[in-house]
Amino acid sequence: MPSIEIQGLTKTYKVGFWRKREKLALSPLSLSVESGEIFGFLGPNGAGKTTTLKLLMGLIFPTTGSARILGRDWTDPEVKSQIGFLPEQPYFYDYLTARELLNYYGLLSGIPGTELKGRVESALSRVGLPDAGNVQLRRFSKGMLQRMGIAQAILHDPKVLFLDEPMSGLDPMGRRDVRNLIEELKSAGKTVFFSTHILSDAEALCDRVAVIHLGKLRAVGAVADLTSNVRGQVELVWQGNSVPASMKALGTEGHVLGDATRAVVPEESLDLAIDALRRERLRLISVTPVRTTLEQYFVEKLKSSERTAGSAE
Amino acid sequence: MSSPIRHIASNTFREAVRDRVLYNLIAFALLLSGAAILVGQISIDIERLVVVNLGLSAVSLFGVVIAIFIGIGLVSKEIEKRTLYTVLSRPVQRWQFIIGKFLGLAGTLVVNTLFMAVGVFAALFYVAHKFERADGWILVALYFIILQFLILCALSLLFSSFSSPLLSAIFAFSLFIIGCFSEDLRGFAAITGSGLTHMLVTGATYLVPNLSALNVITSVAHGQPVAPILILYNTIYALLYAAVALCGAVLIFDRRNLK
Repeated sequence: MPSIEIQGLTKTYKVGFWRKREKLALSPLSLSVESGEIFGFLGPNGAGKTTTLKLLMGLIFPTTGSARILGRDWTDPEVKSQIGFLPEQPYFYDYLTARELLNYYGLLSGIPGTELKGRVESALSRVGLPDAGNVQLRRFSKGMLQRMGIAQAILHDPKVLFLDEPMSGLDPMGRRDVRNLIEELKSAGKTVFFSTHILSDAEALCDRVAVIHLGKLRAVGAVADLTSNVRGQVELVWQGNSVPASMKALGTEGHVLGDATRAVVPEESLDLAIDALRRERLRLISVTPVRTTLEQYFVEKLKSSERTAGSAE
Repeated sequence: MSSPIRHIASNTFREAVRDRVLYNLIAFALLLSGAAILVGQISIDIERLVVVNLGLSAVSLFGVVIAIFIGIGLVSKEIEKRTLYTVLSRPVQRWQFIIGKFLGLAGTLVVNTLFMAVGVFAALFYVAHKFERADGWILVALYFIILQFLILCALSLLFSSFSSPLLSAIFAFSLFIIGCFSEDLRGFAAITGSGLTHMLVTGATYLVPNLSALNVITSVAHGQPVAPILILYNTIYALLYAAVALCGAVLIFDRRNLK
């Protein structure tokens, strides 16, 4: 059963003072996220990721469309006790200590008083802040605030988590910890919907991703499926330090690595490149397909959507 | 009380205390001690009158400043700092948030007023060396001042639910000033005849809070009693006015996109 079903969600804002005109922030967006899935919501800054998350959290209201979370209407107050939300660059009541903040959120989430203390300590430990419980949040660094944001999102053991840029502001260790935490959540059967523009995180974690750009959904699917359609490349390594002229004509540059040379050529030019090496009597060491990264796919998708948007104008 | 409202109210109270809002009590205590000593030296037979007048006016002024300046930031600060996002993504409805905030600030003002009341009575005892039966009416004046605070809190929340903190402060202060002269406004309405001006002024008298009816400082300072029916009417009026303003705040905030 899908945990999240988004049905034709759109959002337009009125901008301008005198002559108000409509600005489209989100074109009809329809998505479905299965239970237990880690779903990456990718897009550059200003693509519509945060708008979508705000709509799902009821912080802004849609122009049209609706959504269902855990099979219930998203506006149902009961749904909110089953979801956890990390906003982008979270900021909290800085006069509270970390423990007081989590106590407050725990009470608002309806955690019984008998369980609250244990839940708070567990959440602090899971985000690597077990000793910061009595520190006021105004003394927290950006990375610590991000960890607190994750702690408050998992505090009430929600079934679905919405994380807006969860790795933002974290150092490499922090990013690794959050990646591990998201994987733990998946193992515990939770659904994680997270937005990011850090593609390596999405590639490493997500079962499926959606790409959004200029307020429009551009693609949805498993990372492997999406990247399989991108023009492939092949890496060639041969002995010697010379690059045949006919190979240069293919637009390929060689990189000398000790007594060998490495070059990456498009898949369709592979035969021509091998022929060029044979003609020069250079000994081929290896031919390896280069795996297409999500980043390559993402860049191509963005370029094509910008071209489409440009031609439409 | 619904649980989220209680938690939001107690957090609002804690915020006010941690943000050192109650430090105004120190300024109040200094003002009143200085005044009591001064009054003791320069006034003859009217020490009580001066101390009660000065004390209650200071209680009112300090409270009004807190009610308006904290009230206008209750919602806008939460939106601006985005602390609201992690509250409203929980099983908390927007109306519960507004009511919780209102009750938290009202609680802060009541505690603040109680401390200041102790200061007023201490200063009174210092200059008069005894309490009289008529001093009991000071408690009624303090109660009316608290009712004024409730109205101003609700109005500040109403304005901050749709405008910037600066505009909210201007609106709230303007209404406070006009409200203090609402009896004069009524008098003006009575002499405007029956034309458009009369309709507009009469409408305005019903719209602005009748804060002058809630001000019995002068009569209490003179030891005059307050009619029980006035206490009842003022209570009903203030609670109704605050409730209507809060309903307005809830209706606006319920439809607001949090950018």
